[in-house]
Amino acid sequence: MSRPWRRRHLGTEADRATFRTLHTASLAAPALRSGLSTDSAERSIRHLHDLLGSPALALTDTATTLAWHGSGQHHTGQSPALARETVERGSTRVFDRADLPCDAAGCEVRAAIASPLVVDERVVGTLQVFAPQPTAGLVRAAGEVAQWVSAQLELAELDASRTRLMEAEVRALRAQISPHFIYNSLGAIASFVRTDPDRARELLLEFADFTRYSFRRHGEYTTLAEELRSVERYLLLEQARFGDRLRVTLRIAPEVLPVAVPFLCIQPLVENAVRHGLEAAEAGGHITIVARDQDQECVIEVEDDGAGEDPDVVRRALAGDATSDSVGLGNVDARLRTTFGDDYGLVVETAPGAGTKVVVRVPKFAPGVHA
Amino acid sequence: MSPGLDAAPGIVAITLVTLATLAIGVWGLRFSRTTSDFFVASRTVHPRLNASAIGGEYLSAASFLGVAGLVLVNGADMLWYPVGWTAGYLVLLVLVAAPLRRSGAYTLPDFAEARLGSRGVRAVCSVLVVAVGWLYLLPQFQGAGLTLRSAVGAPTWVGPVIVGVVVLVNVTTGGMRSITFVQAFQYWLKLTALLVPAAVLLVVWAGDDRPRPVDLGAWSTPLAPGGGEGLYITYSLIIATFLGTMGLPHVVVRFYTNPDGRAARRTTLVVLVLLGVFYLLPPVYGALGRVYAPELAVSGASDALVLELPRIMLDGPLGEVLTGMVTAGAFAAFLSTSSGLSIAVAGVLSQDVTGRTRVRGRRLGGVAAFRVAAVAAVTVPCVVALLVPNLGVARAVGLAFAMAAATFCPLLLLGIWWRGLTSYGAIAGLAAGGLGSTVAIGWTIAVSSPDGWLDTLMGQPAAWTVPLALATMVAVSRLTRDRVPSDADRFLVRLHTPETLQLDRG
Repeated sequence: MSRPWRRRHLGTEADRATFRTLHTASLAAPALRSGLSTDSAERSIRHLHDLLGSPALALTDTATTLAWHGSGQHHTGQSPALARETVERGSTRVFDRADLPCDAAGCEVRAAIASPLVVDERVVGTLQVFAPQPTAGLVRAAGEVAQWVSAQLELAELDASRTRLMEAEVRALRAQISPHFIYNSLGAIASFVRTDPDRARELLLEFADFTRYSFRRHGEYTTLAEELRSVERYLLLEQARFGDRLRVTLRIAPEVLPVAVPFLCIQPLVENAVRHGLEAAEAGGHITIVARDQDQECVIEVEDDGAGEDPDVVRRALAGDATSDSVGLGNVDARLRTTFGDDYGLVVETAPGAGTKVVVRVPKFAPGVHA
Repeated sequence: MSPGLDAAPGIVAITLVTLATLAIGVWGLRFSRTTSDFFVASRTVHPRLNASAIGGEYLSAASFLGVAGLVLVNGADMLWYPVGWTAGYLVLLVLVAAPLRRSGAYTLPDFAEARLGSRGVRAVCSVLVVAVGWLYLLPQFQGAGLTLRSAVGAPTWVGPVIVGVVVLVNVTTGGMRSITFVQAFQYWLKLTALLVPAAVLLVVWAGDDRPRPVDLGAWSTPLAPGGGEGLYITYSLIIATFLGTMGLPHVVVRFYTNPDGRAARRTTLVVLVLLGVFYLLPPVYGALGRVYAPELAVSGASDALVLELPRIMLDGPLGEVLTGMVTAGAFAAFLSTSSGLSIAVAGVLSQDVTGRTRVRGRRLGGVAAFRVAAVAAVTVPCVVALLVPNLGVARAVGLAFAMAAATFCPLLLLGIWWRGLTSYGAIAGLAAGGLGSTVAIGWTIAVSSPDGWLDTLMGQPAAWTVPLALATMVAVSRLTRDRVPSDADRFLVRLHTPETLQLDRG
């Protein structure tokens, strides 16, 4: 009564009940968004318990109890059996005293309502509500909450599949290291074996290091220094093949070398530059790689003075057109956008006969991104 | 002093430094990029070079002018300023440098967001970065006014305006921040500008049969006068400077340049040595000033001691050349520190304020947002510098340190060493420390003649604001312990594991 403005401000009793419910649900959501596990169940169950207001609540997967909240802890052992039966049936089930034998006096756990949690039409677990009596209202509430939890888990599944897609794209890039490059490099190395065995040996070692980096398994991110080192090896091998026809300028500000970047995000661009800028031109070509420090960001430019391309073709490649021969351009663009947000896509400046310049911007810090 | 022939060396020196700074700002980027040799990618910034760059950005007007003036007036107890400004890096070295680098954060708000996963803490940190930055910029601009008045007899408002314009042009056209080499050069420039005149003046002093200052009594005791209050002031100063260094926005970003945590530690070690050498010099000026220019101590223009002393002790061209030298060094000190701070403040502003504002329905782009932010970052402290009374360069910087110590120090120490920190605890602690410091600073600016315990507590707030912020952070974190970030353990493992160890850091 002391602050009547506040009451009016927050609406009617029913409004406020809705707000409370929505807020409680939003508290439980973040944990569930990481998928169904003991950890996420334990962190979300308290809020789900608040939502339902029953004496006890359990979350299970298809066979074991993940978390229990509320009174009647001695019933925890019975919950897996309820879970198995519910999973078998695939719909909400009500259990009575016969299914929950109990010696404790005054124990409030006399009945249970178990609702399945369904993700992609597959039952992944159950939500079990324990109460003295299985009222119709509680059954309805349990069903609704179970559906809401299922929706959160489906979102989690979506997140997971997006991550898997990113991984698959990195794998695809690794597989895209063209057979031609391997064949040509080995051919170029072979030509030095007699005339200049030392150089052949060095090149072979560079080749080994290059492939080791490109095929490495762990880690989505690497430092710009590592990535550029791999680019250097790649260019060394290409220079062994093209000789003076391939001229390279690297201008790297040492301040940006520790920046974390997605694995294999520069090398495909350089490969593109070599292919488009050089292989067509008889006189050879010049490739410039620049990394600049721009305060909160690092800007990387890969430029060639070759044939250039129709901007529409590039636009299609960036949109993910697989028929384009711009190896990995769309792939790199997509991964930069997923990692740093839509502001950080590739910028390509090109026109027929005018060469091509690809600009990558990378923030020096992004949450969750570290080499 | 009337402008005229006296002003010549000062004008020449300031013009040279200004032109050189602008030229480096405009062409420096190209200059640093012309290396086209093949293996440049494997060449990271060496700790020694990076340490010089930190020194170049860190040694401000307060170090170059303020310390000597304070020693001249108050004596040996003011040596705690340079001691603290150096020893802050010891705390940084032992507790913060390597873990901070391993966190991958570029700025302090970045660290807060990475550690606590909360946009709220990030926003609070951004506000505090701007506050500390502006508080630190203020004395730089005031010092510039002083330098110009002393060197060429210009009105006091000219200095802030000139430095402000030069810094703004420099920051918006490319910025000298990016170039480690240029910042490193600034350190050696400042050291030379102070070392050579000091050596010459010491020779002059020795030739004069080494006169000793009169009235040494209180001047040579290492504690501030005033019994208990003096003791409090000294300890509070020690806390502010020892713990404040880690919270300076323009220093923290330089650590990002290190390739790994080990290099970050080695850089800090070299910084300790470089600062240790530099800070030997201002007390020499202070002591010589006590002998040759005691009238400056009572005139209230003690900050100008370093600039006046060569002319007072030496007649003729040598005195003029040395005056030009220290003037150039002082101006370089304003420019490098103000540029670094302006860029740090503008970076935060552009990321969290101007980069989000919409002009005619469109979001400001990266460069445009940064330029707008830079204008704000320079203009605000510049205008304030013209309006508020001069607190004394070193004392005003001391307040900036106190604020950094009361906010970012608890966040960094607890964030790095205590897994129980929560975002609520961090926000509460930052707010407690920030508000406490703000009240104290406002009080100090408003009260012209400090008198009694309350004014003392407000004039040197670190001794109560730092424990207050720490305690609040711990207490609120304990109360909200279910909000400990779920990846806290994993994050701490990453902070504290050397890079050479094979380990899944994902």
